[in-house]
Amino acid sequence: MPTKLVLLLLLAAFSVQAQAKETPADNYKAYCVQCHGSDGTGKGVNVRDMTVVPRDHTDAKAMSGRSDETLFKAIKEGGPSIEKSILMPPWGATLSDEEIKELVQHLRMLCKCKFG
Amino acid sequence: MKRIIFVVLLGFSGATLAEGGMLQGSCAACHNTKGPATQTLKTAFEKKGPDLFYAGNKYRQEWLVSWLQKPGRIRPAGMYYGGHIKAGAKGDEIDASTLTDHIALSKADATSVAAELMKMKPHDDLIAKEKIEPGTIPKQMGEMAFTKFLGCMACHLIEPEYGGLSGPELYTAAKRLQPQYMSSFIRSPQAWEPKSMMPNKNLSEVNIQKMVHYLETLSKENANAN
Repeated sequence: MPTKLVLLLLLAAFSVQAQAKETPADNYKAYCVQCHGSDGTGKGVNVRDMTVVPRDHTDAKAMSGRSDETLFKAIKEGGPSIEKSILMPPWGATLSDEEIKELVQHLRMLCKCKFG
Repeated sequence: MKRIIFVVLLGFSGATLAEGGMLQGSCAACHNTKGPATQTLKTAFEKKGPDLFYAGNKYRQEWLVSWLQKPGRIRPAGMYYGGHIKAGAKGDEIDASTLTDHIALSKADATSVAAELMKMKPHDDLIAKEKIEPGTIPKQMGEMAFTKFLGCMACHLIEPEYGGLSGPELYTAAKRLQPQYMSSFIRSPQAWEPKSMMPNKNLSEVNIQKMVHYLETLSKENANAN
């Protein structure tokens, strides 16, 4: 009986966590699409007056030039952390590290590419 | 089935109208008037208007009274931009056909709703942490910081035809919002709305003050807007 209770508590704790974590697709839709576009090609609704065009996430050549660590850093700490544009803000207060890691994998899916 | 829902809704709105007036009746159909803030993106995507349960910490009463009588769009792409964009020739563009207008209230209703809204202050704690230093910033300096050094223009308009479209326009911000709210929200949007589309840019105190002064400068220039 105590084992069952522990399992139940564990399950409850896990489901709360699972609820709090968003899917990478939803996070992309919420925060990335405004600049990187609904198809990920860098043509979001915000780009009209930008001096630097957002990265095209479907560009396999450019995206394979960035390691997963670099992409993680850019999302978490913003463009300037990898010597890119200030227009890419830091999302570290919005997304957990785990969510950012999954978002990096989402980008890999969009570019259909790996680093190197 | 539809009829049952309608009757239930009618009963509900009748009860709430009696309790909380227009605010908890028709306003609550599109706004979160009771809190807590949205905790998941799924619900954030469905938002039709900004949360009002902390309106008393956020808005300027005189602006509320005037805007409610003559409401204009503040967020060019609606509450959640993703629900109001379509593919265009040059990329995503706003699909105006999906945007709806806010209803206009009579002067009497606007005045009483604004008075009710101003009583809603669950975040006095956050406001108390803010201290706005008196000061001004030359418009060009502020604009330089806003666009080049801080990157806020990615999502916000600083004049009707310049800036990003997913966030609320900012050339009217200081007319609409209390200064302490502006600084608190810039400092930590997630303290107000965990699922805010606005990132925490980790601005220094100096930059936060600068931005509040800049928004005040902008709003004075755009005295006739919204």
